[in-house]
Amino acid sequence: MTDPLDLYPISEKSPGSAVSASGMPLDRLTLEEVMSGRVGTGDIRISAEVLRLQAGIARSAGRDRLALNLERAAELVDVPQDVILETYEMLRPGRLTDPALLSARAEMLRRDYGAHAIAAMIDEAVAVYSRRNLFRRRY
Amino acid sequence: MTSAPRWRRFDEWDARMLRHDLFAAEDPEAGFATFHSPWDPSPSVRVEDGRVVEIDGKPEAEFDILDAYIAAHHLDLEAIGEAMAMDPVDVARMLVDINVPRPKLERLARGMTPAKLVSVVSAMSSLEIAFAYAKMRQRRTPGNQAHVTNAKDDPLQLAADAATAVALGFDEIETTMRVASNSWANAMACAVGAAVGRGGVLFQCSIEEAEELKIGMAGFTSYAETVSVYGSEAAFIDGDDTPWSKAFLTAAYASRGIKARCTSGASAELLMGFHERQSVLYLEARCLCLQRAMGVQGTQNGGIDGAPLTTSMAGGMRELMAENLIAVWLGLECASGNDTRVSESEIRVGAKITPYLLAGSDLLCSGFGSIRKYDNTFNPSLFNGEEIEDYLALQRDFEADGGLTPVEEGEVSHLRMRAIRAIAAVFAELGLAEVSEQRMVSVAAASGSQETDSFTPGEVTRISDAIRERGLTAVDVVRALARRGFDAEARNLMLMLRQRISGDYLQTSAILRDGKVVSALNDPNDYQGPGSGYRMPDARWQAVRNVRDLQTRDKVLERERRQDPTAPPWLVPQAEAAKGEDPHEVVIGLSPAFGGELSRTTAGHDLIDVVLALTEGIREGGGVPRLVRIRHTADTSFLGLTAARLSGSGYGIGIQAKGTAVIHRADRLPHMNIELFSNAPVTTLEHYRAMGRNAALYAHGQAPEPVVVPVDGQSLAARYHVRVAMLYAIETGLVVPEAPPLELSMTLGQGGLST
Repeated sequence: MTDPLDLYPISEKSPGSAVSASGMPLDRLTLEEVMSGRVGTGDIRISAEVLRLQAGIARSAGRDRLALNLERAAELVDVPQDVILETYEMLRPGRLTDPALLSARAEMLRRDYGAHAIAAMIDEAVAVYSRRNLFRRRY
Repeated sequence: MTSAPRWRRFDEWDARMLRHDLFAAEDPEAGFATFHSPWDPSPSVRVEDGRVVEIDGKPEAEFDILDAYIAAHHLDLEAIGEAMAMDPVDVARMLVDINVPRPKLERLARGMTPAKLVSVVSAMSSLEIAFAYAKMRQRRTPGNQAHVTNAKDDPLQLAADAATAVALGFDEIETTMRVASNSWANAMACAVGAAVGRGGVLFQCSIEEAEELKIGMAGFTSYAETVSVYGSEAAFIDGDDTPWSKAFLTAAYASRGIKARCTSGASAELLMGFHERQSVLYLEARCLCLQRAMGVQGTQNGGIDGAPLTTSMAGGMRELMAENLIAVWLGLECASGNDTRVSESEIRVGAKITPYLLAGSDLLCSGFGSIRKYDNTFNPSLFNGEEIEDYLALQRDFEADGGLTPVEEGEVSHLRMRAIRAIAAVFAELGLAEVSEQRMVSVAAASGSQETDSFTPGEVTRISDAIRERGLTAVDVVRALARRGFDAEARNLMLMLRQRISGDYLQTSAILRDGKVVSALNDPNDYQGPGSGYRMPDARWQAVRNVRDLQTRDKVLERERRQDPTAPPWLVPQAEAAKGEDPHEVVIGLSPAFGGELSRTTAGHDLIDVVLALTEGIREGGGVPRLVRIRHTADTSFLGLTAARLSGSGYGIGIQAKGTAVIHRADRLPHMNIELFSNAPVTTLEHYRAMGRNAALYAHGQAPEPVVVPVDGQSLAARYHVRVAMLYAIETGLVVPEAPPLELSMTLGQGGLST
């Protein structure tokens, strides 16, 4: 098997594996396509596949923490913006007084988006926030 | 007895810019400690059943949010035993040992607690820290980041200044707003400006997280660095986040193809009032372990907003370097501070940047103010628009790549106008605004927003609101640019969108050069001593050293060329000069190129005027002037002594074409002159007249007051020596060792002057 590091940079070494979130391949993302009106917002978004590819590259380069982050990112690609912002807000200190709400959010992300790593991270936060008394109103 | 007066030097010191800086006494209890506080813990770690149950003296039950995250996600169980057992000085020695490879040290860092990392870098001097930084930093090729903002949030100026920053070589551009609601207009303007010229520069718009994500999703920005973390739990909570919320945000940015880095830095906790009596380095080491744990690719540290507070402490600059070292040692990209202006002293500013220029850095400044100080919405940077050429000179002095490139006037003028026309075209095409030619020209010429006649902040807000409400994206901008004939700019912006799909710049230390990603993965820092690591390629060095207004021999000689090269010489050589008889005679010995190849002194006086001033002065003093051409020497002392020995009075004047002049006496040793004008650049015609007068008075046996040419401490050497060296070489080139002095007659206009 080839070393994932050999694929880097993907845009030069393996442009065929770069497909946007909407499924548009990189080589079709040209000025001419934009001018013809065939490029939309989804076409300029990174895909979960590419993020996992980059995670593999990072891991191969000895950067396993970055790899885990890119894998968490891959889980969030399909999560809508408002859900992301709402989840971020819930994770901030003192926003919730009920840990169950955060646990439920983790469960929803796991169930609806297959975001297992993200959900595990949130579960971990619930445990630490409880111990450090962060489920308290700050305003 | 009167008491000793105050030495007035202290008044002068009081008036220097340095005295605006505050210097703080060490006071760990109040948080004023750089490397060590009595309240810092000693390094320790305990692992039970595969989990870390103690960090730096604290048991698991007492872990705060940082300890908990660091224990779970930073510490590498495989490296921990070996790394924690090592003697800190031994590790410090490995950091500066060119024979110990970077990956080996990075593995050790993954097994070290914050206190352990601190114990290692504390053993290092500033020089050792800088050297270790050069070895441990992640990307081989150095880079730099610019702030592009202005006090009016004027999009025309943002576009022009972004294009200028790109031309100067910056790899990243960061903007922010005076008025938060202007963020979309700022983002669009900078994105367009950054696409002019070279293009391919990463861009961020610093604003509240939710808005920043939206602007990023619209394709305008490509990175974010406001993922702030703090070194104490209380400061973290006060900053309205936790390690988990920030880790989530980091993943969210990556999920939108946006490069992210964290922000931390010495004294942030101190500024926020939650320092827990611990040293700023220890708190920062916690931040950095946390950042690695979160999986963010890099950091902006080195005391960002807290840098001036840190440098108020003894050893503060060393501390800032130490925290940058910990960052890269942990494998993080480092935008190494040199951001907030730490001092009002230009000397301290120059000293602050120097180790970074020598060592190189992923981004030397995490915000070099490419605009005027007053236009910097983040606050003045260490270096600013005013000082860009000073920075370029430092690069050239040390043969160090600080990421910037000298620019030419014509090139910049063109790019600025092009950027302004591009954003104006986009605004027009998208129905956002019409821009008058007058506004465009006003902004193109302006150094800063105080000089512009452009959009009012209210107009900008309406444009910004429209961009957001209509959901305009970078794709719309690409289309608008192309429709209005800005094809190259449209393609540059497309390049950024294409890069976002590949995710290549999400890897550590990624920037774009010539449209291609350069990161720690495909351009790893491989420094292992002389002959390895980054060296400027020839073309790059050629560009770096080519600062504005280089002096060349051609240029200097062109300046010396007489108005009319066909005009007859005004000094006409006659027979070999003989010793004079007149006891009041003063001989003026002219150097070989005087009045011939060279026509002006370094002060700019025409040599005709200088000779007239000398001869008139001699006559005023009751003397009789005589001109001779001396050919066997160009040295002032020997010119003067030769003239004196030819003089009937025994007194003579020697003068070089550059204006250095001396009064000499026949019986003296060569270097024991009577009077000397050594500072030709500040010598006036009146001084030459007075010198002539004095020479005549000496010839009459009098003892006049010597003529003093006042100097006020300018570096005449810096200002003139390049030209002096080139001109003097012409004089020495004409020296004929055996040639005797010649009588000269002077021919001016109709009458002329016979000596």
